Amino acid sequence: MGRKILLDKINVPGIRTYEVYRKEGGYASVEKALKKMTPDEVVEEVKTSGLRGRGGAGFPCGMKWSFIDKKSGKPRHLVCNADESEPGTFKDRYLMEFIPHLLIEGMITSSYALGANLSYIYIRGEYMWIYKILENAIAEAKAAGWLGKNILGSGYDLELYVQIGGGAYICGEETALIESLEGKRGNPRIKPPFPAVMGLWQNPTVVNNVETIAAVPWIVNNSGADYAGIGIGRSTGTKLISASGNIKNQGVYEIDLGLSVYEFINSDEYCGGMQTDRPLKALVPGGSSVPVLPAHLIYKTAAGEDRLMTYESLADGGFASGSMLGSGGFIVYDDRACIVRNTWNFSRFYHHESCGQCTPCREGTGWMEKVLWRIENGQGREEDIELLWSIQAKIEGNTICPLGDAAAWPVAAAIRHFKDEFEYHIRFPEKIKNRNHFVAEPFEKVKHLITKQTV
Amino acid sequence: MKVTIDGHEIEVAPGTTILQAARMIGGEVVPPAMCYYSKLKGTGGKCRCCLVDVTKGSEADPRPMPKLMASCVTGCQDGMVVASKASERVKEARNAVTEFLLINHPLDCPVCDQAGECDLQNLSFEHGKLQQRFIEDKRTFEPEDIGDKIQLHMNRCIVCQRCVEVADQLTDGRVHGVLNRGDHSQISTCVSAAIDNEFSGNMIDVCPVGALTDKTFRFKSRVWFNKPFDAHRDCDKCCGKTTVWMFGNEIQRVTARKDEFHEVEEFICNTCRFDKKDVADWVIEGPRKFEKDSVINQNKYFGKTDKVVIDTEKGILQGRDIDRKKISMAEIDYNEKIDGNPVNSKKNG
Repeated sequence: MGRKILLDKINVPGIRTYEVYRKEGGYASVEKALKKMTPDEVVEEVKTSGLRGRGGAGFPCGMKWSFIDKKSGKPRHLVCNADESEPGTFKDRYLMEFIPHLLIEGMITSSYALGANLSYIYIRGEYMWIYKILENAIAEAKAAGWLGKNILGSGYDLELYVQIGGGAYICGEETALIESLEGKRGNPRIKPPFPAVMGLWQNPTVVNNVETIAAVPWIVNNSGADYAGIGIGRSTGTKLISASGNIKNQGVYEIDLGLSVYEFINSDEYCGGMQTDRPLKALVPGGSSVPVLPAHLIYKTAAGEDRLMTYESLADGGFASGSMLGSGGFIVYDDRACIVRNTWNFSRFYHHESCGQCTPCREGTGWMEKVLWRIENGQGREEDIELLWSIQAKIEGNTICPLGDAAAWPVAAAIRHFKDEFEYHIRFPEKIKNRNHFVAEPFEKVKHLITKQTV
Repeated sequence: MKVTIDGHEIEVAPGTTILQAARMIGGEVVPPAMCYYSKLKGTGGKCRCCLVDVTKGSEADPRPMPKLMASCVTGCQDGMVVASKASERVKEARNAVTEFLLINHPLDCPVCDQAGECDLQNLSFEHGKLQQRFIEDKRTFEPEDIGDKIQLHMNRCIVCQRCVEVADQLTDGRVHGVLNRGDHSQISTCVSAAIDNEFSGNMIDVCPVGALTDKTFRFKSRVWFNKPFDAHRDCDKCCGKTTVWMFGNEIQRVTARKDEFHEVEEFICNTCRFDKKDVADWVIEGPRKFEKDSVINQNKYFGKTDKVVIDTEKGILQGRDIDRKKISMAEIDYNEKIDGNPVNSKKNG
């Protein structure tokens, strides 16, 4: 049984309200931080914890906090990135919807550590009902004296606002988020300068994911060392995983980092095994932007070791045999899934969501989508596989922000691991006309056709 | 600070970008730039044409930068070593960007009014391919009227956003910007409003392609048929220093003066640009010199050219070897007749 840090109180009736949350020990970290700790001590605890950003990149949170420019004398800001838009990822909404005060508490403690007096939660527009829940929670916290002037008589002031985005995936990128928060078009900024030096309103700013901020109260209450004791190596603490796809129990799970992928998929405590007990075909372990893993690389790494739910094990030395933990959007496919259609679907998303600011992303994502659409709809040409490979290679690493990489990686991995499926689509266009072509006859059963033709 | 670009070392002031340093060196090391415009703040970083390979970060941190960097927004560090044209990675990236820019840009140089002054034309001349791999339908936009002075041809736009910066930084009451996202992004006005501002004409000058052109000049002439002269007039709105483009004694077009990087020296007002087309309005200073090797400079080179040697005997009189092999006079029938008449009757006398 994995321990619960974030979801510990999730099943307590009425935990969404301030009274119940407080009764269950809520806001203790704010009391402890403001009364007994200096801001630098809070930062040190977070550094000791080894907490890494839970938005996808996995950058050490304490180190990010320590980069904030304190010498400039300008106001500082903490911005919570609640623009959860990665397909397959739905963990933050779970936290915000069912235990909103945990995020508010984390925001206050973290803002205190950073010396921020004006903080924001930037939430995606589609989460309108959660926006209302957060607004209500902030009002409750303010009424109880946890926000505003001179909190707990410590002399520390904090105002917290929730801002709704217009529903653009790119606004989850920290600099685009800041632009959007400033009321501009959500285009990523060129870095450097980094937000820690010049962020919101040109002031030093830290942008953290919801899950990252929600972990801070536990770290302050218990100690960074305790948090670092959970997990394996540099992957410390617990992680929320939003599991979906062809598994028995879809949902949001909190796991200790270091759990094996096999146990996560097959244990009754988590995914409960494959739906209708069909064979496992592929896995996207960290949201749609990360490379897909084929069946033989899901439970074991290329070196033959057990694949673990950690940043390092899932990366496995590179994308040839690994992927990324990313945002924890765990999507499982059984043998009926069509990788080509799935890749086209992801590609369509990134084409739609590209901000259009830089050339490779603006033009390349659209091109990839069009080629994938043709292949999926029986109009592929033999040279299209090489063309796709070439396009993704020209996008990757050449764009302003990581959206270009996010669009390129799934295509690259799909071709790397499932090239024969692309070939099948191109050679047998009449067989894939049915939209659910692999449902009745999974690819494994028709794979021999390609080999026959080759011979 | 010392910076080395493609083996050329140069000393620059702190805050200089790699592109600026390369421009100080000049010549082939200068990366192409479609979105960066030194006279406008906040431009650069978008088109990705100017990517360079930083093989040594600085003296303090000599590690190479893992990704290619946009030279127009990357500051120089002391001891930095940069590979621009010398790097294969850079060449590949620039080829890629050129290919991406051309997938939706119509190749209509023969009818485009920008031909000869188009930065994309120059870029594709150096980095383009003969064959296009994009076989899908090109993205197109509905024509839109944005006023009586400027023609917007959105199908040719590469979304460099220089014109948006002009609108932001030079004009009052900005009415245009970028709409939509991704490859649907388009430059447009709010609800098709007209662009009517005294400095709006500068959008035409900063546009690197034929998306924004001068309605008072369109299709009157090709630029290489015009003779450009530096000219000036007293103007209460701008510097009044311009280039006038003449055909005979007629001023067909007025633009701001541009440097070798196709960037204006100073922005000019719409009165000078659109309304003053009489020679009497201007004091002509002399012919305008261009240094950049583009179509506009055909037959206008000022540099010394090598003498062209034509091997008359071999190349012209004898013809190609391959042709000679195919034709054998000995095998031709001397008495061949056409319509009953001998073919060689005249020769036979």
